Amino acid sequence: MKPNLGSQEYSDLVKRMSPPSNTVVNCLKAFAVGGLICCVGQVIINFLMSAGLSKDDAGMYTSIVLIFAGTLLTGIGVYDKIGEFAGAGSVVPITGFANSVAAPALEFKKEGFVMGMGAKMFIVAGPVLVYGTLTSILVGIVYYIIR
Amino acid sequence: MKKTGQSIKFQEKISIASMSSIVGPMEGEGPLKNYFDVVLSDIMNGEDSWEKGEGKITADALALAIKKSGRKREEIDYIICGDLLNQSVSSTYGARDMGIPFFGVFGACSTIGEAMTLGAMLLDGGFAQNILVGASSHFCAAEKQFRFPLELGSQRAPTSSWTVTGCGAAVLSRQGEGPYITGATTGIIVDLGITDVNNMAAAMAPAAVETLRAHFKDYGAKPKDYDLIITGDLGYLGKDIVLRLMGNAGYDLSNNYTDCGIEIFNREKQKTRNGGSGCACSAVTLAGCFFDKLKKCELNKILFVPTGALMSQTSVQQGESIPGIAHAVVIET
Repeated sequence: MKPNLGSQEYSDLVKRMSPPSNTVVNCLKAFAVGGLICCVGQVIINFLMSAGLSKDDAGMYTSIVLIFAGTLLTGIGVYDKIGEFAGAGSVVPITGFANSVAAPALEFKKEGFVMGMGAKMFIVAGPVLVYGTLTSILVGIVYYIIR
Repeated sequence: MKKTGQSIKFQEKISIASMSSIVGPMEGEGPLKNYFDVVLSDIMNGEDSWEKGEGKITADALALAIKKSGRKREEIDYIICGDLLNQSVSSTYGARDMGIPFFGVFGACSTIGEAMTLGAMLLDGGFAQNILVGASSHFCAAEKQFRFPLELGSQRAPTSSWTVTGCGAAVLSRQGEGPYITGATTGIIVDLGITDVNNMAAAMAPAAVETLRAHFKDYGAKPKDYDLIITGDLGYLGKDIVLRLMGNAGYDLSNNYTDCGIEIFNREKQKTRNGGSGCACSAVTLAGCFFDKLKKCELNKILFVPTGALMSQTSVQQGESIPGIAHAVVIET
């Protein structure tokens, strides 16, 4: 049953009346926080390289440190507050990926370690893993052909 | 009982003998904090999960409503109760130990309106003397079921709402003092094709408009016949849409219309975006604030219109739009 108003007409009305997201401010916040996370990563890399690690090893250890930091901040209830402020700025870096795995793991622990935490841990990150892997395979095939 | 169109007028005076409200910590910091019976300091309510916590809140609120009504548990003929969680688990576990015949109902966030209407119908029809009605929701449990994990670092959309934690309950009776439920208009399902799960207000507002229009038409009434018209959880955006669409239909609501989602939180301080939502939003706002004002005769006739978005994760993921519903209940002193 529909009232005397078309779907399209109503959709346009809702669009006009809904408060918009503040894109400019959100972009600036995302840039600042995302940039800051990357700077922290760079500091860690430089520190590890100055301690004698190769660039590849330093990069790997930096990833491990950032993933740990993202998970820890999720566990103590800080990362969601950073995310509320920074939006994409804290979603895109590797810490955001850690958060997207740790958050459902915490949430679904109550349903048990197997069918709860184990099964639901990747409800957010799952699509990234699936399509990330798929894309890497496709890119690999293309690279193999045009190399 | 007299039925016209979608609306009925009860022959008996259906007394709201008591109402109880239990809310979470955040609602206890809002503008209505002094109206609620119990403000919890622990959102788990002493249980080890949010879902169990909500069930306990429901159990406590139902028991409190019976106690406040001065009736014994054995005098209650039926419980009519609902919530947002799958299979209405909060209501089920909340009423599990009560030993009272039970009807579980689902009307999403309009549930308290549905329960009050059905309860008043049963009483008016002579099938019961006292009926206990209730509706509950829980912020964390609702986020877990409908949105993302709580600790996920995501931004809330400006149109998103904040699910109220709590339970509102009432004992309806064929005997007792006012305020009385004197009539009701049962809503039709209205769907104008909204698919944005972060904009429930837009999905529900047309349903509120349809129910209000049906009510005024069936009753031959005008908005000014009521001291206050109160929708459930449309928030700021939904209120604006209702005002505009009702204005287009020739009904001016600008002087005596509010929404529970606006009343329950302080938007700026509590960062609740579009306002409160959930079954408990309208239930505890009525049970706390407006019931108190009716008792003190600060309000004498209200039209209470809880609104609901009848969606599930599955149906939305399958590309369905979000249908809305609204039930109007006339309450007079």
